Amino acid sequence: MRLEPIAAPSVGRRVLPPALAIGATFVVAALLAMIAGGNPFAVFGLILKGAFGSKFAILETLNSATPLIFTGLAIAVAFRAKLWNIGAEAQLYAGAVITVVLGTGALSLPAPLMLALCGLAAMLVGALILLGPALLKTRLGVDEVVTTLLLNFIFLLFVSYLLEGPLKDPMGMGWPKSARLIPEARLPRIVEGLRLHWGFALALIAAVAVWVINTRTTLGYEMRAVGQNAEAAAFAGIPVTRVILKTALLSGGLAGLAGFSEVSGLKGSLTLDLSPGFGYTGIVVAMLALLHPLGVVVAALFVAAIFVGADSMSRAAGVPSYLADIMLASALLFMVLAILLTKFRVRRD
Amino acid sequence: MDLIDILLSASFWAAAIRIASPLIFATIGELICERAGVLNLGIEGIMVAGAFAGWIAVWGGLPLWGGVAVALLTGMMLGLVHSVFSVPFGLSQHVVGVGLTLLATSLTFYTYRVVLPEVSSPPKITAFQPYEIPLLSDLPLVGPALFSQTPLTYAAFILAGLTALVLYRTPLGLAVRAAGENPQAVAAQGLSVTAIRMGAVVVGSGFMAIGGAFLTLSAFDSFFFDMVNGRGWICIALVVFGAWKPGKAVLGAILFAAFDALQIRLQQTGIGAVVPYQVFLMMPYILSILALVVMSRRAEIPAALMVPFNKGER
Repeated sequence: MRLEPIAAPSVGRRVLPPALAIGATFVVAALLAMIAGGNPFAVFGLILKGAFGSKFAILETLNSATPLIFTGLAIAVAFRAKLWNIGAEAQLYAGAVITVVLGTGALSLPAPLMLALCGLAAMLVGALILLGPALLKTRLGVDEVVTTLLLNFIFLLFVSYLLEGPLKDPMGMGWPKSARLIPEARLPRIVEGLRLHWGFALALIAAVAVWVINTRTTLGYEMRAVGQNAEAAAFAGIPVTRVILKTALLSGGLAGLAGFSEVSGLKGSLTLDLSPGFGYTGIVVAMLALLHPLGVVVAALFVAAIFVGADSMSRAAGVPSYLADIMLASALLFMVLAILLTKFRVRRD
Repeated sequence: MDLIDILLSASFWAAAIRIASPLIFATIGELICERAGVLNLGIEGIMVAGAFAGWIAVWGGLPLWGGVAVALLTGMMLGLVHSVFSVPFGLSQHVVGVGLTLLATSLTFYTYRVVLPEVSSPPKITAFQPYEIPLLSDLPLVGPALFSQTPLTYAAFILAGLTALVLYRTPLGLAVRAAGENPQAVAAQGLSVTAIRMGAVVVGSGFMAIGGAFLTLSAFDSFFFDMVNGRGWICIALVVFGAWKPGKAVLGAILFAAFDALQIRLQQTGIGAVVPYQVFLMMPYILSILALVVMSRRAEIPAALMVPFNKGER
């Protein structure tokens, strides 16, 4: 077989494959649910109910979507420039660590200044974490996939050291856990009494900001050009190395904000289970969004709904909640194939 | 116990060879994929799946070698998924690989929960026992280090030797290497680049899964969720460190494993009392990054690695 580009894809060509990809994901999930002894319709119903069935469930879904919007944006920005940042997990934890360092009483500032400082510091350290692999890529040609992946393991061990050493909560009964943030360093709730914090709003603002950068600035144009064809971009006079480094700073910064938002908005302190893999799930979010920043918001809500829903489904139906992870991984694979099929026709030799 | 004592002890080198074994299986598997032109980032998930599949098969009553075969088949099936996406469709090998790792890992954990819903700790099996090779195992130092290992360790070294033999001494090996260097030339010979690459990914993934199964069937006797713990990513670095050559890759794996065995022992010494244990645990990952940096200027990367081949395109 070979692939033949389609000059002007019809509407059906552009819509049908992604729709089939989502459909295929649900078929896979249904089969697996049946293997585990669940009725697929009941299982999907329970997932839907668990994600949107009550005011509490909806707020839980929105809160869970928040870090995924940040990491999804981080990945989308990087992947659009073909910078394969698989290290959002480490960048997220870096943002969380600096928030705890600054926000547990070392500084005393009024709340707006404190929050701005923590947020900016989180962006900065997140950006610096990715700058290393980006420099290794541009200077020495070292593949950033492996270096960013390995950095996740290194940084998590570093966090583990911090939580058992310098950042350990003296009141923590021996648990590896940081002290709690002072009230000035906590992101408040958007509406008093509702369990939804300003991190969610910040994530939406970040999505719009990335969209503006992508569509309205030179950097956005340059990042896209480098991603599409680095050689051609260089030929056209775009400083490819600098664009890659700027992309890395932006991407790492966004992932760092995820850590800030989780600690400051949701948890209030740092533990080793702050992120159950938001950095990796961000890849799925970004790909499902076709790397579009506003699409990231929709995809993050979809992914969060499946996670939150599967959690409560698992308790009710006895089907393991890993079903959610399987659905997302298969959605990712089916979707990349579907996107290809919107642009290419498969011909037999 | 100081450094010299550690380095001269047979138990240290025996541990290094033992730690190297799963890395050798998976590194050789990855090397086969990459020599054919496909970067297989599914390796981490394939190792997790292999570790589980081999173990659950033995727990279900198969003999140990039956477990190895089940792991091999599991890896080959996952490799088939990777190769369908990455070869004929030519999709991004980065995205497909990471996606496959997520899929294989979550499928494994799901299956574990379905098969063993009630257990708090995973059941144990009777793992491979060391087999002392007559005469050779009586040699001083080398004997206990090299020739008192489990059969699966011997298999790892035999596999590496066979892979080198096939890659460099057979027409099949030439075709695989050419598919990774100059696919147009392969197609011009009337061979199918697609078939060669898919075959390499399927076979290589099978070996990765045996690397995972080594952990549950030989190194330990049970399955834990985080037992692979980045070994797959380390093997990607080892392929680069070994300059895509089986012999060098094996040496790299042993060197790497020796450092790993050393850090475990150093933790017991005076240094371990001062330095936090996390620093020791970081060493494998830091070494992998260093290996990539050191080799970055020298390594001869297969020219068509990560370049999809679409027949008729020039």
